[in-house]
Amino acid sequence: MNATVPTLGYADLRGLMDLQLGDEKHAPSATSTLDVIWVLYDRILRIDPGRVDDPDRDRFLLSKGHGPMAYYAVLAAKGFIDVAALRTFGRYDSSLGHHPDRNLVPGIEISSGSLGHGLGIAVGVALGLRARRSRARVFCLVGDAELEEGSNHEAIAYAGRFGLEGLTCVVVDNRSASLGWPGGIASRFATEGWSTSTVDGRDHDAIQRALATDHARRPHAVVALVEQRS
Amino acid sequence: MTLVTQSVMRERFYETAAELVDRHDRIAVVIAEIGGSALLGAKRRHPDRVINVGIREQLMVGVASGLALAGFRPIAHSYAPFIVERPFEMLKLDLGHQDAGAILVSVGASYDSAASGRTHEAPEDVALVAALPGWRIFVPGHPDEADLMLRAAASDNDRVYLRLCEQSNSQARPIQPGRFHVERRGRDATVVAVGPLLDPVLEATADLDVTVLYATTVRPFDHQAVRSATSTRDVVLVEPYLAGTSSAEVNEALVDTPHRLLALGVRNVEHRKYGTWHEHNAAHGLDAPGIRARVLSFLAA
Repeated sequence: MNATVPTLGYADLRGLMDLQLGDEKHAPSATSTLDVIWVLYDRILRIDPGRVDDPDRDRFLLSKGHGPMAYYAVLAAKGFIDVAALRTFGRYDSSLGHHPDRNLVPGIEISSGSLGHGLGIAVGVALGLRARRSRARVFCLVGDAELEEGSNHEAIAYAGRFGLEGLTCVVVDNRSASLGWPGGIASRFATEGWSTSTVDGRDHDAIQRALATDHARRPHAVVALVEQRS
Repeated sequence: MTLVTQSVMRERFYETAAELVDRHDRIAVVIAEIGGSALLGAKRRHPDRVINVGIREQLMVGVASGLALAGFRPIAHSYAPFIVERPFEMLKLDLGHQDAGAILVSVGASYDSAASGRTHEAPEDVALVAALPGWRIFVPGHPDEADLMLRAAASDNDRVYLRLCEQSNSQARPIQPGRFHVERRGRDATVVAVGPLLDPVLEATADLDVTVLYATTVRPFDHQAVRSATSTRDVVLVEPYLAGTSSAEVNEALVDTPHRLLALGVRNVEHRKYGTWHEHNAAHGLDAPGIRARVLSFLAA
């Protein structure tokens, strides 16, 4: 992050989320991702709201587009979008819908909402950055229930087998997958050759350590455990 | 009529794709096994930009999207059912909704793989892609035209569907991507022949006083060509895929002109026949005798 950009802090995020009304049914989904997204933007990503087209910026792809209130709150806190825009959430002319659109908000990397799309795109972005010899990294956030979409497993298999080290997948696990994941989510990634970490999804230092883990010649999966969805 | 062998368009595609990867750093090719051996040399030379994701067509389109978002011009390739139908939502969202450009190149048009049966047939492909906004759809009727269209697509950033086929016209025409070619002018009707069906249309209408327009770009549809060529207001549309795919386009072109439209193409049925594309063309009335019979009946009505 560019230190000169005035920003709000973690303590402000709940208030920023409360400005976004109309998608309360996805509030638990939004809340589940809050800490992971905050740590990414506050401590990990090499990005600058003043240079959202920098070809060598790190990329964050929110694949789980449901409940983007936390994402928008973090983007507002970090200077990517105006705080005032949060009050327009979901309105006809708003740039902030109940699912994000990259073409409406500079700094949002992908349009998402339908589950199972982001990780495949993230593989392509990581392959492209690797082909350009860029040091930029790609972080993709999915949900544990989102992993039920088979398209994710095409991406997991390919990225693992081809050692796509520029890619990190963060799985926010609130145990909402209908059939669960016998053997654990991390094992699904590990089987395909990924490096894996499992952390408390509310522990910022633990999340940071997991995201910063060395994973040379392998993609990395971080399973962030949060409260089970009620 | 000389039939160009079926594999020519496809083999030319592999050669040109490899050349484009060699010559342009921004070109990348993404495949899902299909074409892997033909592109092996290019992959050895450019392992980072010739990418085989295995039999994972959803990922193939997702990767193409990601490559485009990272600044590349991706060419994705497979059989029509596997690049259009199976990952259709990826076409809609990973490419269209992201506003990411890519060139999708299919083989196995309609029933080119007739002996393989319904699983490998996709006469719905153009209708499906045309249902999505912002796509340019190329249906070349000759290997030289296909080559020209691929090169043109490689030089821009649009979303392009390039539909290769085994059937070919005997000669390439001097086409311009985006425009219909006026093959000949007549007074009694206008016939729009799409891609590889030009030769059968010319044979079927050889003694008829009709205008023949040759369409190789079907989206966007050249409305102006139809408006300027139609004098009798009887229009026949001859498409090598699902019948009526472009009927609404003809009607839009002639929205302020009374007209009749006969739309010929592949019937929307579970045909359950194997064999060859020649036999299927005959079954769907898309060989010269079949086209002629229906054109004569239409004009006489």
